[in-house]
Amino acid sequence: MEAAYSHPKSLVPVQSKYCPGCGHGIIHRLIAEVIDEMGLQARSIITNPVGCAIWADLYFDFDSVQPAHGRTPAASTGIKRMLPDHLVVCYQGDGDLAAIGTAETIHAANRGEKFTTIFVNNAIYGMTGGQMAPTTLVGQYATTAPYGRDPDVAGMGYPIKVCELLATLQGTKYLARGAVNNPVNVKKTKKYIRTAFEAQMRGEGFTMVEILSQCPTNWKMSPVQSVEWVESSMIPFYPLGEIKNTLQPDPAAAAAVKPAGVR
Amino acid sequence: MSEEIRLMKGDEAIGEAAVRAGCKAYFGYPITPQNELTAYMAKHMLDKGRTFIQAESEVAAINMVYGAASTGARAMTSSSSPGISLKQEGISYLCGADLPCVIVNVARSGPGLGGISPSQGDYFQSTRGGGHGDYHTIVLAPKSVQEAADLTYEAFSISERYRIPVLVLADGLIGQMMEGVVFKDEIDPASLPPEPFAVGHQAETGRPNRHVTSINLVPEELEKQNIVRFERYGQVKKELTRYEEVQVEDADLVLVAYGTAARVCLGALQDARRKGLKVGLFRPITLWPFPDAAIGRLAGKGSRFLSVEMSMGQMVEDVRLAVNGRAPVDFYGRCGGMVPSEEEVLAEIERILGKRS
Amino acid sequence: MTEKTYMAGFGGQGIISLGEMWVFCAMKEGLQVTFFPFYGAEKRGGVARASVIVSEKEIASPLVTRADSVVIMNQDSVPIAEEVCRQGGLILVNSSLVKKDPDRPDARIIRIPCNEIAERIGDVRIANMVMMGALSKATGAIRLENLEPVLKSFFPEKKHALIPMNIAAVEAGKQAV
Ligand SMILES: Cc1ncc(C[n+]2csc(CCOP(=O)(O)OP(=O)(O)O)c2C)c(N)n1
Repeated sequence: MEAAYSHPKSLVPVQSKYCPGCGHGIIHRLIAEVIDEMGLQARSIITNPVGCAIWADLYFDFDSVQPAHGRTPAASTGIKRMLPDHLVVCYQGDGDLAAIGTAETIHAANRGEKFTTIFVNNAIYGMTGGQMAPTTLVGQYATTAPYGRDPDVAGMGYPIKVCELLATLQGTKYLARGAVNNPVNVKKTKKYIRTAFEAQMRGEGFTMVEILSQCPTNWKMSPVQSVEWVESSMIPFYPLGEIKNTLQPDPAAAAAVKPAGVR
Repeated sequence: MSEEIRLMKGDEAIGEAAVRAGCKAYFGYPITPQNELTAYMAKHMLDKGRTFIQAESEVAAINMVYGAASTGARAMTSSSSPGISLKQEGISYLCGADLPCVIVNVARSGPGLGGISPSQGDYFQSTRGGGHGDYHTIVLAPKSVQEAADLTYEAFSISERYRIPVLVLADGLIGQMMEGVVFKDEIDPASLPPEPFAVGHQAETGRPNRHVTSINLVPEELEKQNIVRFERYGQVKKELTRYEEVQVEDADLVLVAYGTAARVCLGALQDARRKGLKVGLFRPITLWPFPDAAIGRLAGKGSRFLSVEMSMGQMVEDVRLAVNGRAPVDFYGRCGGMVPSEEEVLAEIERILGKRS
Repeated sequence: MTEKTYMAGFGGQGIISLGEMWVFCAMKEGLQVTFFPFYGAEKRGGVARASVIVSEKEIASPLVTRADSVVIMNQDSVPIAEEVCRQGGLILVNSSLVKKDPDRPDARIIRIPCNEIAERIGDVRIANMVMMGALSKATGAIRLENLEPVLKSFFPEKKHALIPMNIAAVEAGKQAV
C-alpha cells in the first residue's frame, strides 16, 4: 500500500524554531518534498538568508550557505556558476529580497542566473520583530509604521509586487506566486516549485516562486486569523498564479502547467 | 619559470597570474585604476570557459566570491579604494565563515570619491580588518609588476592554506605601469584537491551535510570560534611574515616603506649612500602580519626610523608599536595622489640625520 | 647605466606607444624597464606624459622627477622639459611642432623635425618612431639594432606589414642626431 503521508527525507526530523502558525515551516516542507520527488537531496544547496529562515540549515538535510543580508542572489550566483548541475535554492524573505537586496535580485534575474529563488512574502520583517517591509500593505501596522503604512503623509512608499516587477526582465523565465494559507493554495504552490526546480535543472534561466506566508506573531494575530488575513488582504493585492512563464515547451513541464505567458 | 619575459601593465599581470593560479571565478565592477584587470579577466576567463561576471556592484561581486568560494573554487575579485570599502561587509562574512579568496585593491586616493591617482591611504582599512568584527585578512604589498604577479599567484594557495582571505594591496602606479614580468606555470583548476569545507557533490561522497556560515548566537561558542581563528592568525604571523631589507645593518636611519613608496625610498637610499649617509631600507611585504619583530630587532641596534608613505601617516603607527619607544620614529608622506620624489625623501633624510649630529 | 626619460606631447602623438616600445626594445636588449603613463583625465586628448626608465640594475622609483633625457613632441610641453630635465641633461624636441626651444642653457638640446621626416617616409603617425631612433642615438641607452624580430613580437600579426616603415623611421631618427 502506498504511504499517504511521511516525513520528507530532505527535511531533518527536528522541531523547528518557527512560531506557531508561521508559513516558513510549510514552505520548507514543500521544497523538501519536491527535492525528494526529483531525487536531488544529495545534489541540492540552500542559501539560508538573514531573516527568520536563517536557521534553515538546521532543517534541510543537505548542504547550505549563509550569505549576508540581501546578498543571497549574489552568493547563489557564485554557487550555481561553480556547481551548474546542482539544485541551488535561493531562499529569501521580503526584506532580504526587495529592500536591502533589491539590486542583487534584479541583476541576478536579469542575467538569467539558473537558480530558483523562493521568495517568502510575509509583508513584514519577522526576525527583527515586526518592522515595515517593502511588501507591507498600505494601512498595515508595523513597529516602524505605528499608524499603518502611509504612502502619502508619512512617505512610506507602496507595497512592491516583485513578480510583476521582474516580469519585464528577459532573464526571467518563470515567475509564479502562491500562498500557504489553505490546502488548495499549498498544493498549487508545490506545483509551482516543482516547475521552477525542473526548469532550473534544465538550465532555462531565472525562476522564482513568491509565496505569501503568514506571520501571526508579528501581525499580532492568531494562526487562524492570519491565514484568513492572507486570503482577505494579501491575495487581493498580490494575485496568485503564474505571473510569467516563458519556459520551453517541455513534455513533462507542459503536462504539469499550461504556459501562461506574461500577464 | 622557463617562460620568456613579457612587458605588461601591473593590472594585466595580476590578471594573468590569477588565471595561471587556477582562478575559476572572477567577479568585478569597473573602477579606475584597475579597469584593465577586469577587462583582462573578462577576455581570458571567458576564453578558458571559466566564470567571469561584471557584477552590478562591488557589494554583489564580493558576495558572488562568497558563493563561489563556498564550493571550494578559487575565486577572486578586484577593485580600487571606494569599491573596496563596499566589499568590507562581504570580507567580514568571508572571514567569519573561514573561506579563502583573493581580493585585489589597486588603491587610489581618498577619502570619498577622492582621486584616481595612486595612494596608500587604505593601509588602516586593509590591516585592521576593514569591516565589522574581530578579524584580519592577510595583506600582501607588491612593489613591482613582477611582484604583483608573483604575490597574486601565491595568494590563492596562501588563502587556502589558512582559510583566510588574502588582500593584494597595490596602488594605481603599480596597476598602470608596465614592466617586464615572467609568469609561473599554469595550474589547472581541475587538478586542485577538493576543499574540506566545500558544499556540493554530496551525491558522490555521501558525506554529512556542510554548512558555510558565520552566524553563532551562543556567546560562549562564538568566543571560542574567534579564539581558534586567532590561534591560526598566530600561526600566520610565525610562518608568513615577509619583508625585504636593504643595507640596514650599519644604518643610522632605516626608511620603512612598502609598495611604490619603497621604490622611491630605494632611490633616496642610493643617493644618500653616495653622500656618505648610512641609510637602510626596510620594506614590509606582508602588511598583515606586520614584520614587527624584525623592526624591533633593528630598533634594538640603535638605528632610528623614517616611515615614508603615500598617506597622512598610517603604517607609521605599526612602526612605532614595533619600535616600542626604543628609537625615534619620524614620518614623511604625501597624499591625495601625490607620490613622494626621491629628492624629497633625501631632503627629509638629510634633515633628520643633520638634526641628530 | 640607468636612463630616466620623461616623454610629453599631446594625445594622439603616440607618446604612450613610444614609451611602451622604448621599454619593450630595452627589455629585449636585456635591461630592466619601467614605463608609467600618467593616467586619468589626460588619457583622452590633452597632454600625454610618461615616465620611462631603462637600467642595468633594479629600478628604484618608477616616477621620473629628474630626467636624464626629455622628449618633447609639441610646443605646449616645453615647460615640462624646463622643469623635469636634470642639470646638464638632454632634451630632444620635435622641431616640426616646437618653434621655441626650452629655456635650459645647461641642457643639451637636440632638434629633430620628426613630423617632416615621418611624412617623407610615408606617414606622419610614425613621427614617434623617428623620435625613438633619435633618443637611442643621443642617449646610447639602447641600440635598436636588428629591430625586425623585436617589432614582430611587439606588433600583432595584422600590423606586421607596417614594420619596414617603422624601422625606416627609427633609422632616419638616428641619422638626424
Ligand atoms: C546589514 C544588515 N542590516 C540589518 C540586519 C538585521 N536584520 C536581520 S533579519 C532582518 C529582516 C529580515 O526580514 P525578511 O527578509 O522579510 O525575512 P523574515 O525575517 O520576515 O523571514 C533584518 C533587517 C542584518 N542582519 N544585516
